[in-house]
Amino acid sequence: MLEVANLACIRGERLLFKELSFSIRPGELLVVGGANGSGKTSLLRMLCGLLLPAAGEIRWQGRSMGSMRDVYPAAMMYIGHPNGLKDELTGLENLRFATALSGAPASRERIRRALARMGLGERELLPTGWLSQGQKRRTALARLLLSDCSLWILDEPFTALDKAAVELVQSLLEEHLRDDGLVVLTTHQDLEVAAPRLQRLHLAQ
Amino acid sequence: MLSLLRWVIARDLTLAIRRRADVLTTLFFFVIVVTLFPLGVGPEMDTLRRMGAGVLWVAALLASMLSLGRLFAADHLDGTLEQFLLIPQSLSVVVLGKIIAHWLVSGVPLVLMAPIVGLQYGLSPTALLALLASLLLGTPILSAIGAIGAALTLGLRGGGVLVSLLVLPLYVPVLIFGAGAVDAAVSGLGAEAHLSLLGALLLLALVLSPWTAAVALRISIE
Amino acid sequence: MVPQKINWFKYSSPATFYFLAGKMIPWFAGAAVAFFAWGLYLGFFAAPTDAQQGEAYRIIFLHVPAAWMSMFIYVVMAGWAGLGLVLNTRLSSMMASALAPTGAMFTFLALWSGALWGKPTWGAYWVWDARLTSELILLFLYIGFMSLQATIEDPRRADRAGAVLALVGVVNVPIIYFSVRWWNTLHQGASVSLTQAPAMAAVMLQGMLVMALACWMYSIAVVLARVRCIILERERHSAWVAEFLEGERQ
Repeated sequence: MLEVANLACIRGERLLFKELSFSIRPGELLVVGGANGSGKTSLLRMLCGLLLPAAGEIRWQGRSMGSMRDVYPAAMMYIGHPNGLKDELTGLENLRFATALSGAPASRERIRRALARMGLGERELLPTGWLSQGQKRRTALARLLLSDCSLWILDEPFTALDKAAVELVQSLLEEHLRDDGLVVLTTHQDLEVAAPRLQRLHLAQ
Repeated sequence: MLSLLRWVIARDLTLAIRRRADVLTTLFFFVIVVTLFPLGVGPEMDTLRRMGAGVLWVAALLASMLSLGRLFAADHLDGTLEQFLLIPQSLSVVVLGKIIAHWLVSGVPLVLMAPIVGLQYGLSPTALLALLASLLLGTPILSAIGAIGAALTLGLRGGGVLVSLLVLPLYVPVLIFGAGAVDAAVSGLGAEAHLSLLGALLLLALVLSPWTAAVALRISIE
Repeated sequence: MVPQKINWFKYSSPATFYFLAGKMIPWFAGAAVAFFAWGLYLGFFAAPTDAQQGEAYRIIFLHVPAAWMSMFIYVVMAGWAGLGLVLNTRLSSMMASALAPTGAMFTFLALWSGALWGKPTWGAYWVWDARLTSELILLFLYIGFMSLQATIEDPRRADRAGAVLALVGVVNVPIIYFSVRWWNTLHQGASVSLTQAPAMAAVMLQGMLVMALACWMYSIAVVLARVRCIILERERHSAWVAEFLEGERQ
């Protein structure tokens, strides 16, 4: 369970939000909305520990996030706005390295299957730089298939994706929620995820 | 931890091989700077012989600094740096891996090239040997200290110039002991004292700088 | 009567410190003026003319204290910055930023007065003496610290990044000093040496110490004034600054 209590965020000199509290239980989806610059990305970066909160606390399984620099990162998967892919490496290499970072590298076979499911079956050996924006995003999202993290934190996962890919990602989210996973995501699009428990959080300016 | 280190080094080396032009630029910069000095001070071999070690070392310092931008900037832009910060293992190990890869890519070619350009300065075989040894020990220190500067200036406007301002004063001891080793070898004193000091500095830098650069990265990425 | 406990943390809040500093500045400034007057009297009138260097040596009454201060302030600055980094106290980081220009000023002063002293003594404005060279590198370190902080717009990142740089500098300063000494002894011609100072008259030493005290008082006063400016600038959106400025205007 992820709990957030009295969180405040200051960027530069601007107070983006304060006294933000919520909690997400297994199987629950939190959709963070709000205008550009309302602090959606900052909130997500705080949730994964890239940004220190100006005030407040984030707890994972009842323990403060700052006190466990190893447990929490191992349980969490963050896909930010940039894809985190190297243009010079192929999709296969990129994903192999990404999984190696979080512990054990996934086997080539498993990565091939994941890429195939994301609709990139024949492009696994192309340098990522040659792919279109949407295909790059699909490659980045293939990481979701390769990890067993229970908490997914996704910043605008649907950007640049075509209709088929959006549906695919939505079904991935549904699967993850059914397996008692937790998801936090930001999006501008209407989300059609059949989530049993859905929370919406709107960040006002 | 070792496997993480291996993965990071392997990745950065693969990237460097696929972007060979970057590596060659640093190397040619080194060669050109070394070649410019005789044009500035005149071709008298005696003068050049005395200056040789110093010039080569200063050129190595500049070349190594020039390539510092590549250390974290590209990873910062495409978001891979954020992924590094979120791994369950220690970020210092990743930074150490990147320092080693940076040295292999930008330091080792200079070390190998130095004896050849050293001939332009009429350096004796003893001097060339001492130069090779001092560069071999000294250039990794440059990458290690430089990593701190690169991490601190990550994503800043004019970061490239700023990093030289931060890092060059810290390079002074390496320059002194590195160029001093060659002088000592030529004058018959033996380069051992200088080389052992360089070795001590290398150990110190390898222990302290990955950790410091990791702290700096977390500050800069926030 | 129950003795009242002093809440020391109260003074680590920028708002409280702003007013405390305002009260302290006149005292330190006054002390600085007094010590300067005394020190200059000792230096110019009480101290005898040096047998070898004539009157030119009198510049050491400025040069030596400035050199002391330049090194000392760097360590103090790094200490404050480190404290700010570890304990996340904003005021400590502000102190570090306020100390840097004063430290750089003393470093420059030490170099400049050294050059002016060097001309009549050694016949050259600049010699590659180990201490002068280390001092020059120290100036570069100060400039690096200030440029880094000036380039970073976000004050929090500026504080923390500056702290890392200052601490790296502190670890490096002894290594740099040692390496420059080593380099200097290997390359040194025999003529120039600062280390063989002739036995110093007691009044000369006294003059230097008083001048050092004067520099101390001056530094504290200037740094407090500068930290007040930084506090106002950083906290300009907070309620107490708005109230305070409103009060000033009336």
